[in-house]
Amino acid sequence: MAAHRSVRDFDWGLLIVALTICAMGVLQIFSATHDTPWRDAWWKQIVWVFAGFVLMWIATTIDYHTLLSQVPVFYVLSVVTLLATFVVGEKVFGSRRWIGRGSLHLQVSEFVKLVLVLLVARFLTGLKKERPDASDLLKLGGLVGLPMMLVMAQPDLGTALTYLPILAIGVFLSGLRWQYAAAIVLTLAMVMPVGWLLLKDYQKARLVSFIDPAQDPKGSGYQVIQSKIAVGSGGMWGRGVTHGSQTQLRFLPVAHTDFIFSAFSEEHGFVGVIVVLGLYFLLLMQIVQNAQTAPDKAGMYICMGVAALLLFHVLVNIGMVVGKMPVTGIPLPLMSSGGSNVLSVFLMLGLVNNIRLRRFVN
Amino acid sequence: MNVSTEREPDQQTPAKLRDDAKFAAGKIAFFQYLTVAIFLFLVAGFWDLQVRNPAFYSELAEQNSIRSIPVLAPRGKILDRDGRVIVDNHASFSVYLSRENLKWEHLKAIADGLNLDYNDLLQKIHRFDGQPQYVPVIIKEELTPEDLAFVEAHRDPREFPELGLIQAERRLYPKDGFAAHVVGYVGEVSDAELDNPDFLKYHPGDVIGKAGLERQYNDSLMGVDGQKRVMVDSMGHEVGQPISDKEATPGTALQTTLDLDLQSVAELGLGDRPGAVVALDPRSGEILAMVSHPSYDPNLFTGRLTNKDWQDLVNNPLHPLLDRAIQAQLAPGSTFKPIMALAGLQEGVINDDFKVHCSGGASFYGHWYACWRKHGHGTIGVHQAIQQSCDVFFYTVGNKLGIDRIAKYAELAGFGHKTGVDLPQEAAGTMPSTAWKWRNFRQKWFAGETISVAIGQGAVTVTPLQLASAIGGIAAGGIWETPHLVRDAKVPAARRGDVNLENVSKVIDGMYAVVNEPGGTGGLARIPGNSVCGKTGSAQLASNKLLKGTKLGQTMKDTAWFVGFAPRESPEIVVVAMIQYAVHGSYSAPVVRDVIKAYFDKKARQGRPVADLVDYMKGRPVQPIIQQPEKIDLATEGDR
Repeated sequence: MAAHRSVRDFDWGLLIVALTICAMGVLQIFSATHDTPWRDAWWKQIVWVFAGFVLMWIATTIDYHTLLSQVPVFYVLSVVTLLATFVVGEKVFGSRRWIGRGSLHLQVSEFVKLVLVLLVARFLTGLKKERPDASDLLKLGGLVGLPMMLVMAQPDLGTALTYLPILAIGVFLSGLRWQYAAAIVLTLAMVMPVGWLLLKDYQKARLVSFIDPAQDPKGSGYQVIQSKIAVGSGGMWGRGVTHGSQTQLRFLPVAHTDFIFSAFSEEHGFVGVIVVLGLYFLLLMQIVQNAQTAPDKAGMYICMGVAALLLFHVLVNIGMVVGKMPVTGIPLPLMSSGGSNVLSVFLMLGLVNNIRLRRFVN
Repeated sequence: MNVSTEREPDQQTPAKLRDDAKFAAGKIAFFQYLTVAIFLFLVAGFWDLQVRNPAFYSELAEQNSIRSIPVLAPRGKILDRDGRVIVDNHASFSVYLSRENLKWEHLKAIADGLNLDYNDLLQKIHRFDGQPQYVPVIIKEELTPEDLAFVEAHRDPREFPELGLIQAERRLYPKDGFAAHVVGYVGEVSDAELDNPDFLKYHPGDVIGKAGLERQYNDSLMGVDGQKRVMVDSMGHEVGQPISDKEATPGTALQTTLDLDLQSVAELGLGDRPGAVVALDPRSGEILAMVSHPSYDPNLFTGRLTNKDWQDLVNNPLHPLLDRAIQAQLAPGSTFKPIMALAGLQEGVINDDFKVHCSGGASFYGHWYACWRKHGHGTIGVHQAIQQSCDVFFYTVGNKLGIDRIAKYAELAGFGHKTGVDLPQEAAGTMPSTAWKWRNFRQKWFAGETISVAIGQGAVTVTPLQLASAIGGIAAGGIWETPHLVRDAKVPAARRGDVNLENVSKVIDGMYAVVNEPGGTGGLARIPGNSVCGKTGSAQLASNKLLKGTKLGQTMKDTAWFVGFAPRESPEIVVVAMIQYAVHGSYSAPVVRDVIKAYFDKKARQGRPVADLVDYMKGRPVQPIIQQPEKIDLATEGDR
């Protein structure tokens, strides 16, 4: 198989778009942190991008069928590691998500996404019928639900929610009966009030402040208000790199991680926003195109899982920046400062390339 | 995909799997449309913020990051007549709370760290509830080095981000309450004051004069605050250079007519006895010294005054906040007699030949009025009556004059109305008359009441300043200049009475005899080589007989007055000393003597009149000539 692979077939367009987004991210990380204690975050980010690039290459070379065959191992490993974070994980901002030592912290839940993408693909292609029935859906829901619960308990609602689009796109593509769809929607509607009770106070506060930011202008609402001020004051052309007052004077919370796009909007304006949103759109369409040309069902599921996941990230993160989504604390793929997300996104892009390279050589 | 099947014909896979990627094509297209919709949704969000409302959000961003910080104008100094500093400023730090960053749970620790009362602090912050959030609350002024260390160590954004420091020029008053009442003190304008139309020009947080000269001349002393516009980060810390900087205009220094040397002598002379001393130049009305004891420390009012300190001051039975020099209204006692004598001479009721026999008392309207000297003064004229302060003589004069003619001269001398001195809250005293009684009591005046008034008792009350001005005006030949503390003060013009100078000199002769002739009651005020004139007075608050055996204690004891001036011809200085709860007027005489002596000693040293010293001494230090008051000799107790 390997003999048929060619560097020419690699999705260079996808890579160029991804790296351009990363470059924008690094620039913005520099601008947002150059006179803060995190001033070396920008070159760390470059290191992560390189590491991600290498991982992507590795993920490309191992046939995705081989990876699919190892899903049970990955899955058990994921669950065990997630459990382990409760014991050995480091508590950051009140949540146990990170595992590792010294300067190398990895957020396990980020990598579980990959496992779930593969798991959904394997599960749905393994069915010996035309479309999944209710028991299949329950099984799949349970398999995705377990790690999701564990991540929620960390507590990290945002990342846990990112597992949903992986499941949803798979079920959608597999040909869901409308009765099942209705049942799922109904169940969710009934679970929501219960879920409200299970939410932590700060999570409730975030939802409340999403609906009415002015109600709590110093708490969660503060972040939304400051973010909107940052975006709005950017205007058409932006205030220039390192010249956005909201970013530079630190009115904007976590301007190099979750709210990086807010900082970017302030300093690059509407024009910059259109350019980067365009790049994300190209990225997604390129992944979808790879799904359309995938050699088999499994490959299609994997590509679409990645696309759905990234779309969800973009929607929730950028929606939050303009006050159209609640504050959930999930990063913007490829732009937000932070290793785990960069590595996991590059691994996903590796999977997509993996499938692309095998479209003629099954 | 057809291509791929052709290329890989050997692959024996069912056709169904071959078409895998196609089976969901419609759903993938749906996903693409969904993606487009989501991106349009996001773009719409940015459009709304960045293209439709950028100005609105830019303004909010500016409000976030640009702060206006007042640059406080230093108050003008208060100087004495020679240009020496009485009230100075010193640099001090104040700590403020930024309410935008305030975490209520920090307050307890902050209160502890700064030695503030937690409840006081809460109250103070809530006073600002009606103000915009960005207005900081100054929670402590005049920081001690310990306070400064606390603030510097803890104002870290992660610990107490609400704490900030500003530097301000603070008032520095003389120690131990020196000249406290005349100078006054400053304080933050209160909410109650802000509701008053007179205070419209002030803003909350302004420091204004609350009493004394500080209040009277607040407008010129205060200056105009400047303003600095700075960039601040989210922690409220200044970033970079100020955007704009409007300098403060410092207040103007206030040169007073006070003489630090005389003020020192008067302060020391009065000591810790409750009372007042006023020294002025009768030729101009310029006040040279003004003392009221007990005093208070005005420095307390510039920041560190706690509720307890305030309560202590207010509840002190001796009322340290009362400026006795202009607010104590007391019976003048025998110091009223020179005015009686002048009135009698002017009205022709008495002349040089007029004599009265004093046998220790006399009967008027069926009542027996005693003279202070039980065995009487014998047959005496006006000169000896003043010298020996014979009550019976003045009863007789008073009876002949009637209350309204007495009131005419007393009011001419300034009794019963404010002197018009350039100080706030002066008291007017009382000068009874038939009109006065009708106005206030709707009763007619009884001739018997005149007898007590004739010796400065009864309803008549004066302030020490009024008495100094009254006697000074007589000594100056019937010209009563309005007393004032600043040379070009806007005060009423001098009052001139049509007074016969011969009559004046007869009164002055009597007052000279009080001090310098054997048998006078004011021998303690004598200065060798100086023609000091004076008059003692001990006003009763209640009959001494009544007092015996009661526990009313000192609140009912006599007020000891002495008014003196010098020299006899063309007087330059008149001094009143008033000591409360004392025994006799002679008690006050040495205080007056020391102030007069200090005045002439100083004048002799410079070889020129005090009035000219201002220009001569400008900018040069003058060593105060401080005279220790002599021990009070009580040998003459019983005299009046």
